[in-house]
Amino acid sequence: MFVDFNMANKNIDLIKHRKKYFGLSIIIVLIGAILLSTVGLNLGIDFESGTRVDVASSETLTEEEVADHFIQAGGYEPDDITLAGDNNEQASARFIGAMPQEDVTAIQSYFIDEFGEEPSVSTVSPQIGRELAQNAIIATLIAAFGIVIYVAFRFEFLYGVAAVVALLYDAFFVLTMFSIFQLEVNIPFIAAILTVVGYSINDTIVTFDRIRENMKKQDEIKGFDHLAKVVNDSLLQTLTRSINTVLTVLFAAVAIWLLGSSAIMSFAFAIVIGLIAGTYSSLFLAAQLWLVMKHRSLERQKNKPVEAEEY
Amino acid sequence: MGKKGLRIGAFFAIVIALGVLIAQTATDVARDTNLGLDLQGGFEVLYELQPDDGELTQEDIQSTATALNQRVNVLGVSEPAISVEGEDRIRVQLPGVEDQQTARETLGTEAELSFRDIDDNLLMTGESLQQGGSQATFNENNEPIVSLTISDGELFGEITTELAQKSYPENLLVIWLDYEEGMSFEEEAQKEDPAFMSAATVQQTLTTDASITGNFTLEETEFLADILNAGSLPVSLEEVYSNAVGASLGEQALQQTLFAGMIGVALIFLYMIGYYRFMGIIAAITLSVYIYLVMIFFNAIQGVLTLPGIAALILGVGMAVDANILTYERIKEELKDGKSVKSAYIAGSRRALGTIIDANITTIIAAAVMFYFGTSAVQGFAVMLIVSILTSFITAVWGARLLLGLWVNSRALNRKYWLFGVKGRDVRGL
Repeated sequence: MFVDFNMANKNIDLIKHRKKYFGLSIIIVLIGAILLSTVGLNLGIDFESGTRVDVASSETLTEEEVADHFIQAGGYEPDDITLAGDNNEQASARFIGAMPQEDVTAIQSYFIDEFGEEPSVSTVSPQIGRELAQNAIIATLIAAFGIVIYVAFRFEFLYGVAAVVALLYDAFFVLTMFSIFQLEVNIPFIAAILTVVGYSINDTIVTFDRIRENMKKQDEIKGFDHLAKVVNDSLLQTLTRSINTVLTVLFAAVAIWLLGSSAIMSFAFAIVIGLIAGTYSSLFLAAQLWLVMKHRSLERQKNKPVEAEEY
Repeated sequence: MGKKGLRIGAFFAIVIALGVLIAQTATDVARDTNLGLDLQGGFEVLYELQPDDGELTQEDIQSTATALNQRVNVLGVSEPAISVEGEDRIRVQLPGVEDQQTARETLGTEAELSFRDIDDNLLMTGESLQQGGSQATFNENNEPIVSLTISDGELFGEITTELAQKSYPENLLVIWLDYEEGMSFEEEAQKEDPAFMSAATVQQTLTTDASITGNFTLEETEFLADILNAGSLPVSLEEVYSNAVGASLGEQALQQTLFAGMIGVALIFLYMIGYYRFMGIIAAITLSVYIYLVMIFFNAIQGVLTLPGIAALILGVGMAVDANILTYERIKEELKDGKSVKSAYIAGSRRALGTIIDANITTIIAAAVMFYFGTSAVQGFAVMLIVSILTSFITAVWGARLLLGLWVNSRALNRKYWLFGVKGRDVRGL
């Protein structure tokens, strides 16, 4: 059996429906903006002051049991309890607001006595949470800026703009999905977003690299259709690579998502959806955006001498 | 045998040598890896320094870090990490610490001893204690006490002379640990568990020897003596972030994630071999070497492996695979263009390299920014990602070329398109 995603010689037009892709992307961004400003994100205690207690038992737990245990430990009432593990033998309880050290100690000793295993406890003060979130946003923006400069230097300014639009879209898409599913946003999540950014740019650059190569082969660009054909050919030539790369990385990411530790699950999930978004955006957003922008800039160059004569 | 056999022989020699090397040293490499808190359990806390007089000097920060370090030594943690973050924060990481509660108490207490009268007037501070002069011992009634050595005997002499002249209860010398404004002896004395450490009557002039007596257990006096010997903190500490991971939860996380990683890598190998045939086998070999090398480099720079770090390692495999895929796709294209195996290999490798470099440098930019702005867990991820990308240049670019080159130059692969996953009828002019 030969598996082959070779599309280079097939007659597929990826460009024709570009307005639909742009429309779809704009709709997704709008949905995201509405969701993020209304429902918002489920911020973990890394970003909001609070305390999280993870306990592990040898038996299956229910939410009521865990709540009971906290009351017995000293009248503590968790604001949220989630179960994890194959047989729900792990639980994580969240408390809003920072917890005094004595209470943490009381809870720890209670669960050591009850379950025989030391629970994990983290507490964060509101100030630290805000700083972390701020740093993450600054980091993403600086990374984006650095990437534009590098790409503008190695390629051309317009490639850089298109690449950054695609990567911001990907990061935003992951945030939107986390808002829809109300998954917990924690520190590893930032690492996931930044990885997605890295992959997205990686993917886009590979496509752009091929467009640049094919552009060099053209003596002169004769109108929009010609430019569109160059972009379409380049996309088809790199399609196999795009599919294979995203598939192999997805194997790893999905394995970690489904089989890995619960602590890393939302991290892996962010990477999985980010990878899919990244592939979509480099095929249907970045390259198409570059096509439209490049066409306009070529038109402008053509019109310049004419305009000069008029004046 | 000729040149052909020589090259293929060299290929197998290299692969077998690498296999033996990895098999022999893999366990050592794994043992040398520093595991983060989230993988082996432990305790991490971030303190904000709050100076009493409002100004924090560089000296304050340094002496606080030193005092914390001494306290960590008291706890006997093998690989503690104490780092100053920003302008007024100190992060203490104690991987593998067993008794997290004691650790918290030992670190957090200011350990500022003060000697006061019953009206809470300050008579003497802990600065008058001799360094290392505190000891857990027993009094004549065999009760655990802490004996103190006072360095400023003159001052202590004056204080005790004055007290000894007074009558009960005014001749009480009250010893407080971490006295805070607003606490009063009168109130605390009514309580079952008073906040001061001891209140003893002074009947004679004392100079250098003092003791803290009270209802203590031996553990408590030992703890107190250790704390006092480690020195007080020059500033108050406020806990702004803490993270404690139970040892078994950490171990479970490590095992699950490693297992998931192995499944993921196995799937990648199978897919690569299925799709790229012979080149896929080369990819599987170089990827195995890649994982081994990443761990060696990571240990060499004393990186700490965290959960996100494992994820970065496995995702790094994806990046390395991408380098292979880019090259192989190019080679396949050249083959379909009707080039010979050798010239397809040369042109494909050369053309893919530029793309690989551009794509990876942009990812390194992102990882470097992460390292600079991130906190420990994110930094662990960023370091692993950078190490991964650099290593992938060695294995997926140079290593894969070397191994594939041996076969290509032996001419054993000539015209065997199916070995590359290329259909004969797709080849132009065939």
